[in-house]
Amino acid sequence: MRDAAPIILLLVVLSDLAILGTSRLSSCIRGLAAQGFLLGLLPVLIAPQLSVHAVSLAVGTVIVKGVALPWFLSWAIREAAVRREIEPIVGFIASQLLGALAVALAFAIASRLPLHTVQPLLVPVSLATLMIGFIVLTTRRKALVQVVGYVILENGVYLFGLTQTESVPFLIELGVLLDVFVGVFIMGIVVFHINREFDSLDATRLTELTD
Amino acid sequence: MRLLALCAIPLVTALVVLGVPVFRGRRVPVALLLVVAAAHLALVISLWITPALPALGGWLAADPLGLAVLTLTSVLFLVTAIYIVGYLRYEAPRSGRVFAGGLLAFLAAASVVALSHHLAMLWVGMEATTLSVAPLVFLHRDRRSLEATWKYLVVSSVGIALALLGTFFLASAQGEIGRPLLLPDLIAHARELHPAWLRAAFLFLLVGFGTKMGLAPMHTWKPDTYGEAPSLVSGLMAGSLTSCAFLGVARITEVLAAARLVSFAQPVLIAFGLLSLVVAATFIIGQRDVKRLLAYSSVEHMGLLVLGLGLGGVGAYGTMLHLVNNGLAKGWMFLVTGNIVLATGSATAAANRGLARTLPASATLLVLGLFAVTGSPPFGLFLSEFTILRAAIDGGHAWIAVIILVTLAVIFVGMAALVLGIVLGTPPAPAGTARRIVPARESPWLIAGPIALAVIVLMLGVYVPGPLQDILTRAALALGGRGP
Repeated sequence: MRDAAPIILLLVVLSDLAILGTSRLSSCIRGLAAQGFLLGLLPVLIAPQLSVHAVSLAVGTVIVKGVALPWFLSWAIREAAVRREIEPIVGFIASQLLGALAVALAFAIASRLPLHTVQPLLVPVSLATLMIGFIVLTTRRKALVQVVGYVILENGVYLFGLTQTESVPFLIELGVLLDVFVGVFIMGIVVFHINREFDSLDATRLTELTD
Repeated sequence: MRLLALCAIPLVTALVVLGVPVFRGRRVPVALLLVVAAAHLALVISLWITPALPALGGWLAADPLGLAVLTLTSVLFLVTAIYIVGYLRYEAPRSGRVFAGGLLAFLAAASVVALSHHLAMLWVGMEATTLSVAPLVFLHRDRRSLEATWKYLVVSSVGIALALLGTFFLASAQGEIGRPLLLPDLIAHARELHPAWLRAAFLFLLVGFGTKMGLAPMHTWKPDTYGEAPSLVSGLMAGSLTSCAFLGVARITEVLAAARLVSFAQPVLIAFGLLSLVVAATFIIGQRDVKRLLAYSSVEHMGLLVLGLGLGGVGAYGTMLHLVNNGLAKGWMFLVTGNIVLATGSATAAANRGLARTLPASATLLVLGLFAVTGSPPFGLFLSEFTILRAAIDGGHAWIAVIILVTLAVIFVGMAALVLGIVLGTPPAPAGTARRIVPARESPWLIAGPIALAVIVLMLGVYVPGPLQDILTRAALALGGRGP
């Protein structure tokens, strides 16, 4: 089973890059859901033996990141009737190139880190996902896509957390998942109201407050 | 038991208020708010009299540092709850349930942060404070509060995600052993932690929790959020939430101090502190809105907190004292500003000139608060800022002392110009204004809280009670500093 982990991790990177390259919001969210399922498989695959801890973490992750968040976000796009990110601040090809650069950088950094881990690919993939989440968050105009960027960023942190399962008990991991879920839920509600007030999900229009 | 109750009582009440549809009105939620606030403070006072044993296998414990933050939160919360009784006579938030439920959830989350000795649980609590406050920032549901809520959510969520990464770095620093992230454990084995991971953990936690504190350059959400949130919510954020975030920074500093890596942490803390002072001074000049002014003042005081921590020695004690003073003074100022906004619907200078005539009690409290917040004697902030300044001179950093003095002077001039302009100016002609200024708006409910906080801040400037000094000194020792 352990041999499957590197493949899953590579698929996570591919889902990152796919989200960077698409303009359709629904594909973005589908990519995010796929990533959530992949992340849910990992705790079971990298655990030295099958434990209650690993299985419950896997189930919790699939429910929150694979099902609940994507479902909620697609509800938000249906309500807001938006389909596409039309003019990102950085183009799709350029942002995919940036993403590839981020992956290379992540591997370069990870090779220098003094780390004891069961799965050596975990750290570079975590760093790459983190950086790609940051790219999505900063280069897209639509508030909803920025939420997707935030979730990718959190997924990167989650991947790093998988190297430290002994130090972080299940209750805490549950708390982290719950916090992320509630965070995205509140963001979704705010996005919904932005759409109603401004007739647009464009976060760059939020410019009334200045000094 | 008491430690668990401090977190559980507000949490359960919040869930009941949010979940049970019977509480549609505002009366029951507000009554519950008052009862829980009073019970919380009573429990906290009992902790001062007889210390509690750690609970939940050491995850919850009340050490001096946590107790200081917890007490500050509890006092501010009770004062705010009393203020709300008067506030709701003039202002009707759309949902009394969300209003009371959000505040109670905030109290629960802040208590978890203050008492948590498991650093990952501290993170969970900190994220919960962010989330519980977001619906309160959004209370007015207009364009401006939408924009503020969005900025607040996005910036703090990214910051807090970095802090979680920092927490995992701290776990990595343990190498293959993989103990739970319990604070006493980490401190006891600090010398065995991997220094490179420890440094990385410190930087990420400082940037992450620093975002929540509002240290420059991560302060960008702060003026917008404090400016648009209801004043009493801004007061809780500036007084209590930022102190909780500072506690996160203080916890990792404790570990670094135990690992003898203070020489790495200190220059970084000093740099963030000085930058915050300079940024605050720059933006306070020419400010036209009292709430935004107070937000930049909060950036200044957060800068002073990390500066004192970075200077070490007596500076750590100065920081602890300043944490208490700043929290109380911010609560005071924001509640008074709340009265102004209730009267005229705005916190800008243009709408509020001639305050001394229209709202005499609030105007007096605002002017006194101006002197307190800018660190003038005889208020407590003078004493704590002076202690931090002394640490800079003791440590041989004359240039830091000069920067502190210059920025504080600039900030005093900037704040005085705005506040005195409001208080002493001539009232705007009543013809065009939609809302009439009613002196009756200064009901005792709205004045009592700020007066109580002002009395405490004044007292702390003259005399720091023995038990408080003892707790703050022990906290300073844990942070690698020393007492007064």
